Amino acid sequence: MLLRLILLTVLGGLALALAPGAASAQTQEPAATEQVSGTLRTNASGPIEGVEVVVTTAAGAEVETVETDDNGQWAVPLPGPGQYTVTIDADDLPDGVVLTGENTRTVTVDAGRNQGVIIALSDGSREAGGGTVRWVQLLVEGLRFGLLIAMAAVGLSLIFGTTGLTNFAHGELVTIGAIAAWFINVQGGVPLVPAALIAMVIGAGVGALNELAIWRPLRRRGTGLVAALVISIGLSLLLRYLYQIIFGGGSEAYADYRGQRAVDYGLFRMTNADLSSIVIALVVLLLVAVMLQRTKIGKAMRAVSDNRDLAASSGINVNRVILVVWMMGGALAALGGVLLGLSDEVQWDMGFRLLLLMFAGVTLGGLGTAYGALVGSIVVGVFVQMSTLVIPNDVKYVGGLLLLIVILIVRPQGILGSRVRVG
Amino acid sequence: MGELVDALAVALKAGLGFQAVFLALLAIGINVQFGYAGLLNFGQIAFAMLGGYGIAVSVSQWGLNFWVGVAVGILAAVVLALLLGLPTLRLRADYLAIATIAAAEGLRLLFRSVSATPVTNGTRGLSGFNADFVALAPWDTARRYGILGTRWSGAELWVTVVGWLLVALSCLLIWLLVRSPWGRVVKSIREDEDAVRSLGKNVYVYKMQALVLGGVLGSLGGMVYALGTASANPDQYQNANTFLAYAALILGGAARVLGPVVGAMLMFFIIQFADTGLRTLIGNGVIPEDLLSATDVAQLRFVLIGLGLMLLLVFRPQGIFGDRREVMLDAR
Repeated sequence: MLLRLILLTVLGGLALALAPGAASAQTQEPAATEQVSGTLRTNASGPIEGVEVVVTTAAGAEVETVETDDNGQWAVPLPGPGQYTVTIDADDLPDGVVLTGENTRTVTVDAGRNQGVIIALSDGSREAGGGTVRWVQLLVEGLRFGLLIAMAAVGLSLIFGTTGLTNFAHGELVTIGAIAAWFINVQGGVPLVPAALIAMVIGAGVGALNELAIWRPLRRRGTGLVAALVISIGLSLLLRYLYQIIFGGGSEAYADYRGQRAVDYGLFRMTNADLSSIVIALVVLLLVAVMLQRTKIGKAMRAVSDNRDLAASSGINVNRVILVVWMMGGALAALGGVLLGLSDEVQWDMGFRLLLLMFAGVTLGGLGTAYGALVGSIVVGVFVQMSTLVIPNDVKYVGGLLLLIVILIVRPQGILGSRVRVG
Repeated sequence: MGELVDALAVALKAGLGFQAVFLALLAIGINVQFGYAGLLNFGQIAFAMLGGYGIAVSVSQWGLNFWVGVAVGILAAVVLALLLGLPTLRLRADYLAIATIAAAEGLRLLFRSVSATPVTNGTRGLSGFNADFVALAPWDTARRYGILGTRWSGAELWVTVVGWLLVALSCLLIWLLVRSPWGRVVKSIREDEDAVRSLGKNVYVYKMQALVLGGVLGSLGGMVYALGTASANPDQYQNANTFLAYAALILGGAARVLGPVVGAMLMFFIIQFADTGLRTLIGNGVIPEDLLSATDVAQLRFVLIGLGLMLLLVFRPQGIFGDRREVMLDAR
């Protein structure tokens, strides 16, 4: 219902604009260049380029006419303080975007001030069909999110299946992918696609390191599963805060594919980056399924997952299978991290926040089954997004976590799990 | 040398302060659940948050009496324990772990959300609810007092003293409980659930009692913390604190009455000493600023806790006082 506005404004000193007392003190300074500025964008269309903006004085004399740039931004320097009228040309707006009010706005500019101008726009989704569109939109977004969770969760589930380890440090494999790709992309200047591939290799490497340096020696020592679980929590804390030291506490975007305009597909809108991440996730998950079903190593994975002793006595090298599972899990989680970073920006604790939804997905699908993780994660992703139809956006994760607890009551073995596993 | 003494004094104060009480009560609660009953509660911080907010919301939002706030906090913790335990206690250990950590994170997100702002005041949190409690102090709370080279404000000292009293009472309670028939049943559940069941005991009920008791102890910890800081903010209750308490418990020795207390004091002493020491070294230029800045030190403590937790479990799972045979670290 709410896709409204937005001619948003970025001004030099927002704090000044909000504090009149401080502002009047500022007027005594040698007046720099007064100007009016703003940004034209809506949620669905992204930044709007090439719209004509005319600025006139209160008397009606034109100051300057400009067009918005590819970020939707415009700015006009002014001859001095005073009242100015800003008019945008409604004919330049892209299809579907309309003005919700007047196309002009009169602002008073104080000396030395960069005055922002807000003109309300609507991207028309309200008129185009109300509830249905929003419903489909959320479904598609949920699918995208669910596929991301699934990519990360397949490894989590297979690791549980083959070793019995509930790996609380799996979220950190997601984060390392996103952060590695960010450093390679932004600091190293490598395009995002090769950067993502390198990040996957790094993810696989970290997965292998996990297994070789920690978990294999611990299995050899006969460390219990609960001890292993607490150790994985220690590892998760260690890595997570190490990331914060290295990467910082803020959130950063990749250099490529920024601020894309959403393309209209009739019932829903989506940026090309989001659409590609759906396609990538689908293709990768299909490949994983084919591998599990058709290849020797895939069959071995399922065999070890099903009954480790029987697999070992049938001549399967269990340790090698587990190593491959860790590498695959690491690479998939890293790719999931890159795609998540693309849509939600990169943060030091993004993986940990995803971890709980991964657990929800894996539990829903059935702990230890690869396909269960897939199905469960997609359901969780769709549920989390669709729940915003009834609950506010900032508590949508709470809904997902609540779903997890409800699953545990109703069907603890999950959709595809077998009763035996629950104990 | 003077700096070293200063760092030691700061660390000593941390090891005895209300933060250590907070951690000790969390760890005592976890000790009941994990040490004695073998339950993996990874959401202990949620109980603490309910305790702290029980007082904060009752007093500053609803204008109720301080003691009503305490009751609200404890009641909320009991309800949460029942809600979490009902579906998960029949299942394998790791299900409870996942459900509790999810509940803790979910509750924190809920408390800081816009929709909860009328009650919890969102991310800005609540404050100004500890006046009634501070007024109970038998000494002048406006003065500052010096003990063993450390400086305490009167209010802080009062919270700390009451906190350690609570810790002592909880330890006494646990000591009595563990020696009672109840304690023996709970410990046997940890060792072999099926054997206990075959003796006709209702394992589910015993586990639930342990979960509720541990949760209530955790909520008391949260109250001490909220009173000590004189504010309640959702982000004070990050789930890393749960694992800090686990680390303290395992350091001191699980399934020992005094294990969590010693662990918590030692933990805070070490953390604060490392913290102050590192800051001093950075300030002196011994550690170059590019390698580690003063702002990174706060994060570094969690890195060290994570590392310490791993090393402890690998090399000395029984901690300082524990008995290796008694430490429940094998899942079924």
